[in-house]
Amino acid sequence: MSEQTAPAALQRTPLYEEHLALGARMVPFAGFEMPVQYAGIIDEHKAVRERAGIFDICHMAEFRVFGFDAFDALQHIVTNDLNKIEELGSALYTPMCAPDGGILDDLIVYHTGDLEYLIIANASNREADAAWIAKHLPETVEFNDESDRTALIAIQGPEAIRIVTELMGEEPPARFHLAEARLDEQVPVLVARTGYTGEDGVEILCHSNHAVAVWRLLLSYPEVMPCGLGARDTLRLEMGYALYGNDIDREHDPLSAGLGWTVALAKGDFVGRDKLVRIKSDGLKTKLVGLTVADGAPRHGYPVLHDGAQVGTVASGSFSPTLSYGIATAYVPVELASPGTALSVEIRRKTSAAEVVKPPFVTGTSLSPK
Amino acid sequence: MASYPSDLKYDKEHEWIRVEGDVAVIGISDFAQDQLGEVVYVDLPAVGDTVNAGDTFGEVESVKSVSELFSPVTGEVVKVNDQLDGAPESINEDAYGAGWMIEVKVADPSELDALMSSEDYQAFIASEA
Repeated sequence: MSEQTAPAALQRTPLYEEHLALGARMVPFAGFEMPVQYAGIIDEHKAVRERAGIFDICHMAEFRVFGFDAFDALQHIVTNDLNKIEELGSALYTPMCAPDGGILDDLIVYHTGDLEYLIIANASNREADAAWIAKHLPETVEFNDESDRTALIAIQGPEAIRIVTELMGEEPPARFHLAEARLDEQVPVLVARTGYTGEDGVEILCHSNHAVAVWRLLLSYPEVMPCGLGARDTLRLEMGYALYGNDIDREHDPLSAGLGWTVALAKGDFVGRDKLVRIKSDGLKTKLVGLTVADGAPRHGYPVLHDGAQVGTVASGSFSPTLSYGIATAYVPVELASPGTALSVEIRRKTSAAEVVKPPFVTGTSLSPK
Repeated sequence: MASYPSDLKYDKEHEWIRVEGDVAVIGISDFAQDQLGEVVYVDLPAVGDTVNAGDTFGEVESVKSVSELFSPVTGEVVKVNDQLDGAPESINEDAYGAGWMIEVKVADPSELDALMSSEDYQAFIASEA
């Protein structure tokens, strides 16, 4: 081994060769070489809205927490209430905050077994999260970072559940639940009825050694399209789902981010609670809102204006493949946060009219309330 | 497969130019449209505007990125492809035909000498990859 520190090499997921064979365009993302698109973002996006698409999300982090004090310790570091997933196999979306209320990460916590929780976290936060969580666990609780050996593949779209039912030989678990299964009577997996697209579907966890087998089983259905991070981003933005690093970060609290429904102030003490109680009683100063943009595609960092003065910046922004116009999120002063408020976005040399709307931008998906 | 017609000239910013008498038609190459991905907006100058060789004359935007357009030559814009507003995907589907962008009255034909032939341009792309 050399004593010199090599420049951080990009990691590859177990599906790297599959992506190359499918003609993907690879980009660096959160320390990984990831596919940003195969056929094209718009085609992939529409495939998920109309049929089914699969996503390599093996870069995401998986932690397992086990022990008699696991519940109490985790309940103390997440803002949502773990009592909501008392039932084994159920899942909870929750921010994890610093004492000052800033968001350290947003997580999905699965109650996988007696005394046991599985956490899925953002790839970019893996090390920081692992250190933070481990620091807050008593010695009686076991913590394992399982990211390296755990693969995660999502299949999403109106056809996804039918396909997964065929592969599992039974109905997948209910929304926000997970279950053990064998795909094609062979590959042992965990199937979680969760996702990040606004469509029904599942996220499949398996050992890295089985990632290629799962990917190929899903792709054996001609209606399934491989989808990259580009489509994943436009799909989630159309639903108004927060992206860590864009919509939420260390500088923003979950209440201002519109995630009040994930902050269980009544559950008892937790890290960040005092500050969040104060933010709530003082009243919010800024709020993350949705914007529809008349002309051009808003992008992260573009100025948001009101009467010619800058009042915020675009957090997430894109051309919406479903709507064929620009959509964005931005933190703006609360007095400008009501739906219908007229703002504008500076798109390079031009100023484009924008209107505050309440996400989701797109309705009528396979997950939308009927 | 990407194609680079031999009757066109190309610049290092990946525009193509087709000279017809004293006017030149300008667009972006197959390589450029492929790198960009599906085009969703195009911003072009107006007829009567002047463009300068090497300067930006507009921009082209895909779902994920924005690219500036650089004019290979100096001159007055005499025609603009208005069809691209309603059908920006023409740039992906037919980069050298329906995807043309502007027509310029060439002020200084010697500027054309600095541009690349199809072979030179393909070698240039290969060297950049």
